[in-house]
Amino acid sequence: MPTLFQQIQAGTLWDFHGGIHPPVRKSQTSSKPVAQLPLPDRLYLPLRQHIGVAGRLIVAVGQRVLKGEALTSADNSMTVPVHAPTSGVIHSISQHTSAHPSALPEPVIVLVPDGKDEWRERRPLNIATSSRHQILERIQDSGIAGMGGAGFPTHLKAGMQQPVDYLIINAVECEPYISADDALMQEAPTTIVKGIDILCQLLNPKAVLIGIEADKPIAIAALKAACSQREHYYVREVPVKYPSGGEKQLIQLLTNKEVPAGRRPADIGIVMQNVGTAFAIAQAVLDDQPLISRIVTVTGETLRQPQNVLALLGTPVSALLDFCGFQSEAQQKVIMGGPMMGFTLPDLAVPIVKTTNCILAPTRDELPDNGPELDCIRCGQCADACPATLLPQQLLWYSKARDPVKLQEYNLFDCIECGACAYVCPSEIPLVQYYRVAKAEIREQQREALKAEQAKARFEARNARLEQEKQQRLARNQQLAAARQQAQPNENQAVAEALARVKAQQAEKAALQATDSAKDHQQILAERELKKQQAREYQAQKQAAAAASVADRTPASTSDSSLDNKAAAVAAAIARAKARQADADSSPTVEQTSAAEPTTPEAADPRQAAVAAALARAKARQAGQTNSTMAEPSAIAAEPEQQDPRQAAIAAALARAKAKQSVTATVETTVTEPVAADAVAMQEDPRKAAIAAALARAKAKQSATPAQETAIVKPAAADIAVTTAQQSLAPDTGIQPDTAGNDDPRKAAVAAALARAKARKAQQSTEHQTTEQQLSEQRDSEESKTE
Amino acid sequence: MTLFNALLALGTLALIFGALLGYAAIRFKVESDPLVEQIDDILPQTQCGQCGYPGCRPYAEAIANGDDINKCPPGGEATIKKLAELLGVEAKPLNAAQEVAIKRVAFIREDECIGCTKCIQACPVDAIVGASKQMHTVIADECTGCDLCVEPCPVDCIDMIPVADSVERWKWDLQAIPVKMVE
Repeated sequence: MPTLFQQIQAGTLWDFHGGIHPPVRKSQTSSKPVAQLPLPDRLYLPLRQHIGVAGRLIVAVGQRVLKGEALTSADNSMTVPVHAPTSGVIHSISQHTSAHPSALPEPVIVLVPDGKDEWRERRPLNIATSSRHQILERIQDSGIAGMGGAGFPTHLKAGMQQPVDYLIINAVECEPYISADDALMQEAPTTIVKGIDILCQLLNPKAVLIGIEADKPIAIAALKAACSQREHYYVREVPVKYPSGGEKQLIQLLTNKEVPAGRRPADIGIVMQNVGTAFAIAQAVLDDQPLISRIVTVTGETLRQPQNVLALLGTPVSALLDFCGFQSEAQQKVIMGGPMMGFTLPDLAVPIVKTTNCILAPTRDELPDNGPELDCIRCGQCADACPATLLPQQLLWYSKARDPVKLQEYNLFDCIECGACAYVCPSEIPLVQYYRVAKAEIREQQREALKAEQAKARFEARNARLEQEKQQRLARNQQLAAARQQAQPNENQAVAEALARVKAQQAEKAALQATDSAKDHQQILAERELKKQQAREYQAQKQAAAAASVADRTPASTSDSSLDNKAAAVAAAIARAKARQADADSSPTVEQTSAAEPTTPEAADPRQAAVAAALARAKARQAGQTNSTMAEPSAIAAEPEQQDPRQAAIAAALARAKAKQSVTATVETTVTEPVAADAVAMQEDPRKAAIAAALARAKAKQSATPAQETAIVKPAAADIAVTTAQQSLAPDTGIQPDTAGNDDPRKAAVAAALARAKARKAQQSTEHQTTEQQLSEQRDSEESKTE
Repeated sequence: MTLFNALLALGTLALIFGALLGYAAIRFKVESDPLVEQIDDILPQTQCGQCGYPGCRPYAEAIANGDDINKCPPGGEATIKKLAELLGVEAKPLNAAQEVAIKRVAFIREDECIGCTKCIQACPVDAIVGASKQMHTVIADECTGCDLCVEPCPVDCIDMIPVADSVERWKWDLQAIPVKMVE
């Protein structure tokens, strides 16, 4: 069993699946010499004529450039520059219809030739002395990209690091009409072989296989002659079948190897270059002539002289057609590329680019329009014709359903878009178009997915950064705080020292005060005395209350002696309560009077006082009963402690009554007067002061609901309370009858003023209060008064 | 007695398997919800917040917790369809009134930019470059077209412009270019 290499050496050829045999129609052009195209008026040089990214512009509008001068620079590996095909001036850099099926505008450099065709300085490389890197750099700088159609940057393929078994030179040119490579091989076989030599130097393959279709006998003979000196160059005639020129198909034909799906030939140790590319490499390295022109087949029955022309890149298609005697017919189609894989040009101003190998201008009879698309009849002819062993009918199905998952399952991306399936389809379905659309959609989705991935990564990176910044800020703050704390111990010490000093001073003071302890002692004694007295009073009060409650129930059965004691106790209690009230809201002067007061009731008739108190209590209870249901329990559960409340109630009632009187009597008094009167009143009698205060509070409450019907209960109750309380109070304090006469107007003024102020305030805040709220408030205030 | 034995045997088995399951639940615990990951992968990652969540992942989590799948205008119908498939729910029409069919990117009219950096802070993917009181510009390739920078601009110098059709992105038109064949 011979090895693969032995088989290849022996000239064995294999076959690939499917394929079609369309009429070739190459004879119109292949036998004619290549014509030199005259300089066009303008050259449109797209910045990007290959697969990859456009180079960086290095010329400006108006600049004169020489032939072969680079117009863009290659700043990354996926870029090859474009060059000036002839000397001239850069007219503009603008958008122009691209040589692409989409015909979308692309940036182009518009060059106006000056006719001098003046070369820049040329520095051919000596390949024997040049390094691999120099040669590759020259290939890239000369702007060489795959000239078979794809336009892949050649320096990448030629600079491959992987070991290469076979270098395959693709000279098959299987598509109908096209004979550009054929013409090139006929014209310059030796240059092509020199180019192959350079590639061999770079890739160092075991063997070079040159595949040519059997229908190019002159080219085969020429190449065989040129290769006769090279031992491992094998020129192989492949049978005429479309698409044997496809990369994967030719590999299978020549080596029986299949490129796995989604992989490149380099992965199985094979590199394929187009014959035109080999020629361009030789020109670039040996003559320092960059890729500025190429042979283009201009053919079709609308042309008088179909032929191959050597056209400068950037020449508009119209110039080529005109040169070949183009006679346009109605609705003329002009196709760039072959009839199988080319595309119709929307505009004849489209320029020739590095990958353009054919301009086809057929008549309608020659290449009729597709008939109407019919439904797929599942005949399976497409599957038979498919050179990639795919199932075109299934792909069509899923393309129509837009099912990317299924499409990829059926290896849509292994489709080489050769058009064999559409060619054989009896329903005239443009299958390839469906696949192209589906591929574009899937690519778009993949692009979107990639972009989404990037966006996500960026978003997360941003969040991480923000979080980090936050942490840093926090750490910095903590550091600062720590630094502050470190600095603080000194301060603390200072503070402690200061405190110590202050304490020492206080201690000194205390020591000084100790010397005056005699006085203090007396004071303490007096206080203690007072407390004792209070305790006694409390006891008496308790007894009196008990007695009073008995007296209330059975007033007739009380004895004189007990009454006396009780009366005294009650008087004392009243006095104390008054004193406390006065205490609450008056100055030290009041204290003196309060201290003196306990004696005054005692000096007065105890019985009268007792009677007054009893009366007051009774009235207060009445008032409490009528006043509100809430006040009732406190009045009924008249425990000893609630004498004070009662008194307070009396005072409140009195106050309310007085307030009423004063409001009606003296409305128009000045504000300054009340203040003075207030002070006087306070000095005169704590009781009055207390009353005034109580009056003010009561007034405030009243005024809170001055016009509301619910408030009526209160004044009514107050009225009753007042009439009795006044009577009861009159005998209680001997001073009051005299002073009351003098002070009444003043007090009234004070009360009025206070009441007005309070009323205004209260009105503002409590206009919406409900009856219940009023009642509870009233109770609250009464309670507060008792305290 | 036999009844007791049976109960005992079953009970023992139940205990053993319960313990086994309990252990497995702890030992082989899935750290994060894989459903959220899957949903997040479907979402377009524009981080635009039009769904009402601060980014795509929070929305993915919300969907996993039962939120509606039709709140993503940048994803459009395609995303809703995928989500419906993944979650096995009914595909609903897009919530928002207008569907964002055209891909757009932000563009800063640089003459009008005052360099306030507000758009930079708003951009969820750091696609705006610039400095304080310096002109800002959008990195169009990184822009997700989320619109979030438009609102904060005090001088309204940010436009959302449709992404220009390029040769790479071009989708073949079925009607315009029929395959040409030779007889």
